[in-house]
Amino acid sequence: MTAATNTKRNLVTAALVAPAAAWLMIFLVLPFIAMLVFAFGERAPEGGYQAAFTFAQFANLPTRAAAFWNTLVLAPVGALACLLIAYPVAYYLAVKANPRYRLILVSLVVVPFWTSLLVRTYAWMYILGSRGIPNLLSMIGIEDVRMLNTPGAVLLGIVYGYLPLMIMPIYVSLEKLDRRLLEASADLGAKPVSTFFGVTLPLSLPGVMTGVALVTILLLGEYLIPQLLGGGKVFFIGNALVDLFLQSRNWPFGSAIAVTLVAVVVVILMVAMRIAFRVAGTRQVDLV
Amino acid sequence: MSKWYRENAPITADQLGDELMRLKRGSVTRRHFLGVTGLGLATAVLARQPGLFNSTAFAGDLGTQMSIATWPNYHDPATFEAFQAATGVAVEVNVFGSNEEMLAKLQAGGTGWDLFVPTNYTISTYVKLGLIDELDLSKLPNYDASTETARFTNEGVVDGKTYAVPKNWGTTGIALNSGKIKTPVTSWKDFFEIAMTEADGRAMVHDYQLTTIGNALVSLGYSFNSIKPDELAKAEELLIKVKPHLYAINSDYQPSMRATDAWMTMCWTNDGAQLNRDMPEIQFVLGKDGGEIWSDFYAIPKSAANKAAGYALLNYLMAPENAMKEHIANGAPTTDSRVMKLLPADVTGNKIVYPDEASLTPLEFGAAVTLTDPGRAELMARFKSA
Repeated sequence: MTAATNTKRNLVTAALVAPAAAWLMIFLVLPFIAMLVFAFGERAPEGGYQAAFTFAQFANLPTRAAAFWNTLVLAPVGALACLLIAYPVAYYLAVKANPRYRLILVSLVVVPFWTSLLVRTYAWMYILGSRGIPNLLSMIGIEDVRMLNTPGAVLLGIVYGYLPLMIMPIYVSLEKLDRRLLEASADLGAKPVSTFFGVTLPLSLPGVMTGVALVTILLLGEYLIPQLLGGGKVFFIGNALVDLFLQSRNWPFGSAIAVTLVAVVVVILMVAMRIAFRVAGTRQVDLV
Repeated sequence: MSKWYRENAPITADQLGDELMRLKRGSVTRRHFLGVTGLGLATAVLARQPGLFNSTAFAGDLGTQMSIATWPNYHDPATFEAFQAATGVAVEVNVFGSNEEMLAKLQAGGTGWDLFVPTNYTISTYVKLGLIDELDLSKLPNYDASTETARFTNEGVVDGKTYAVPKNWGTTGIALNSGKIKTPVTSWKDFFEIAMTEADGRAMVHDYQLTTIGNALVSLGYSFNSIKPDELAKAEELLIKVKPHLYAINSDYQPSMRATDAWMTMCWTNDGAQLNRDMPEIQFVLGKDGGEIWSDFYAIPKSAANKAAGYALLNYLMAPENAMKEHIANGAPTTDSRVMKLLPADVTGNKIVYPDEASLTPLEFGAAVTLTDPGRAELMARFKSA
């Protein structure tokens, strides 16, 4: 290979990468730098930002401890709840379902995404509100049950909203599972249960880890579901951010929280990926 | 050919075409265009003909779309449909839960609003920050300052200039479902007590610092507008104690009250009147220990993209016969004596809408300082994230 073709290749690569790089630069890196600068500034008297260099915003972080705590608990709990429901569904789709109907069944998992999450969450507001399930319960004599605006409602909304994101990666990793390994396991005398725990589950772990990481990260920034199904009482970091930018107009403090959240997400992502690599015993983690 | 003659000559088709292109390119103003082409005079003459244009504001190019920022359940949708039918301009309605939210959006820029509905105590700040324009009253022939009640309208005028014209006034009271709550509630002190006992899990407060903090302050015997740190600390203590018992923190409480998910809420006059009209068991009471009296205004953001349509809609809303329909639908009391005369007796006799003067005495108008006070803003944010 000559130096000329090498240069040409590099140019082609650069040209192909340039749009994505520019996109990231303009819409990710630059805003992030602005956010960092804001985080060390001060709130202007009427709200907004004024230049300063202070750590006051970071010192103020403990006042949002409850929101961080809710987020850091509900995000993994939500992801885990999604996992418990998603795994059997994905297993059925990939292993048990009749191949003739598999495509239709997989599509059904994705179909809810065609409707806005906002609309679907509003639907839950009616189902959980007094005219929904509590109304049915009152018919059998259980009066005044309150479901809406509780942490349970938020968890339900989270599981409902994020389930497809968990099913798909697990489905993909189960689908390409080599059936001969299962047969070999059975031939060697393993019962179905030990085959599942000894062969199927470990081989699908990359998909599981991808799903858990995907859902957890998205949940860390969740705003809509706690707002609508939690009645503004179940507070996530996302809600704290909306409040700081859209109500109290404290941009520097909002930026400090956002920066902290990004740091937390990065740490969680690194830990999750490390575990995934170790468990899977490979550097090849499928990101779907 | 003398200069005198040229200035008065009718414009030729070519010249008109050229001027139109210059206008489209933006190299001349609309005023210049209307002047040189004589179209301004023509429309002015036509506008006098009844039935052609209902107002001079319609004479310009209004476009096909405009946007208004306002409050939940605050307008009769038929009003905007009628406006669209008359002018061809579709109105996009954005609903907000607090003045702070409106201010935050305007400060951040790029709202696209051509008209919005700020409350009395915010206007001086909008003027100070240069976010709203002085109104060109010549574009609002339907507005008549002399028929307005000065008590409710004076905050629209800053340094002798009119920046906002009144929409309606109102109060912030308590709406409660008497079918669910048997204990009488007559004060904000009662409100917070019942919220933790009989209405446990069923009471709502606004997602709005002014009223939520203000009414907590009132229940403790302080001023609705206090920014004193020790009084705010007491109010915060109360709010955080109440929070686990609340149904929700939300300024759009009508859906929850109608579904009887919530039994009691902080409530604005207009919502109180609407709820009571449809569900008589929902009562509206004013705190005998105090609370808020307010007036809402219409103002045009400096950043408005379609100011012509903003003025046109505002002028349309200022026409007493249109305002009357709005008032009947939304249940807020009018500031305009012309509208008062048109309103049916069952509206003017409604004690929710027009309460006795004596019950208004303990109420306070919101103070400008509460809008920008960092202590109140941060208290509200802490209360919500607690």
